[in-house]
Amino acid sequence: MVSLKQVSKTFGNLEVLKGISARFEVGKITAVIGPNASGKTTLMKSILGLVLTDDGQILVNGESAFQNPVSRAQIGYMPQKAQFPDNLKPIELLNWVQDLRDEKSPRLHALIDYFQLGPQLDKPLRVLSGGTRQKVSAVLTFLFDPPVLILDEPSAGLDPLASSRLKDKILEEKRRGKVIILTSHVMSELEELADEVLFLLEGHIVFQGTLAEIRERTGEQKLERAIAKLMEGRAL
Amino acid sequence: MILSHPQTTLEPRAKRRSALKSALKVMKYGFFDLLRSRWIIIYTLFFLAVTSGLLYFGGDANQAVLSTLNLVLLVVPLISLVLGLSYYYYTRDFVELILTQPIGRSSVFLGHFSGLALPLVAAFLLGSGLPFLLAGVRQGADWRVIASLMVAGTLVSLIFSALAFWIGLLNEERVKALGIALGVWLGMTMIYDGLLLLFSILMQAYPIERSLIILSLFNPIDLSRILVLLQLDTAALMGYTGAVFQRYFGSNLGILASLGSLLIWTGLPVYLGLRSFKRKNF
Repeated sequence: MVSLKQVSKTFGNLEVLKGISARFEVGKITAVIGPNASGKTTLMKSILGLVLTDDGQILVNGESAFQNPVSRAQIGYMPQKAQFPDNLKPIELLNWVQDLRDEKSPRLHALIDYFQLGPQLDKPLRVLSGGTRQKVSAVLTFLFDPPVLILDEPSAGLDPLASSRLKDKILEEKRRGKVIILTSHVMSELEELADEVLFLLEGHIVFQGTLAEIRERTGEQKLERAIAKLMEGRAL
Repeated sequence: MILSHPQTTLEPRAKRRSALKSALKVMKYGFFDLLRSRWIIIYTLFFLAVTSGLLYFGGDANQAVLSTLNLVLLVVPLISLVLGLSYYYYTRDFVELILTQPIGRSSVFLGHFSGLALPLVAAFLLGSGLPFLLAGVRQGADWRVIASLMVAGTLVSLIFSALAFWIGLLNEERVKALGIALGVWLGMTMIYDGLLLLFSILMQAYPIERSLIILSLFNPIDLSRILVLLQLDTAALMGYTGAVFQRYFGSNLGILASLGSLLIWTGLPVYLGLRSFKRKNF
């Protein structure tokens, strides 16, 4: 379980997170949504310890996320746009991360097959397309079977086949009892995956509930319309 | 963070050992990635060509040391800064990826920095050391002089690549960072010496030895020059600060003083870089 207690973060004089408290439960997919610059990425990066919060507490399965590498052993992270060193090949990267963590993953080959990366394993990452790199990033995310998954726009740049495989994988991990936190601007993805929505606006959580509750609250049947209404702050 | 953090279960010693192991693994990556890049190869070949040329045409090995020294004090800081900065920005996203793995920030920083600095040092030692080694065998060169040149070049590489990392950490913008780095380079290689000269001319009538020595401690390039020139023991070549250094300390103490200050100079930017890295939001 991931829990946030009164978490706040200021960059310069810009208050990005203003006392956020939330819980992300086991076996549940929570989508963090909100307009651009509402603090979604900062929130995720705080859980990862990439952003150092000013105040409050974040616990990942009981481990503090603040300057504590142990908490990161629990998290698989798929960034919005994966950046890898140009000269490395995917297989070298995957082996290097395993070496870095001193942990051989029995899932490696199954995941490579699942995301159909086999033919690209021996080409330098710089010549691979954005979608292929995203697949490498997906393999890395699931590689060590972490109990918490943080996925930032996971299917962006993937072709329909890879994207549906990724979604199947996310649902499978959910059934296996993972804590899953994701962001997405793709409505169909939210409909398909999200059990719960956490709505951020200007650094505050303004809504937390199911998609049905959003529809009910806004009186809009189409999810996109309903969320747009929330973003304009009209239904709060 | 105000609320308490749960402690990890590792013993301090085991923790330190695993931190070192992680740092070495991060370093290994950078090391091999850089060795594959053509810049480090060009840098090595440049030194090989120039040092061999100086040795071949200059005749005397000590004279070649002097010419190489001047070149080293100009080129090594510049290349360390520029290569250091471009390496920093080029690996920035990747460092973010490493930081999402269960590895402490100190290990990541020190490993990452060594991954840059060690190939730079290796390129310098190979490029300018090899010709001296070969020529020295033939000409019976003064080993102490050559060794001090190698030490100076190594420390200058470390100091300026650490400065590059620190400048990169403090500046999101690549162009601004490059501007600052070039400013540091110009300042330490040229402007500082000019100001020192101006100062000593203006203050001719006063005893300024002590203040000159103190001022030269603030510039690692001056210190490196003094370190090598004190070995040569030819005061005429030493320049003003070098001569003052020798008169004030004598050769041996002077060498110790300059070497000691250089080591402090090496530690300082590494420490400052580590501190900013630990506090940085990625």
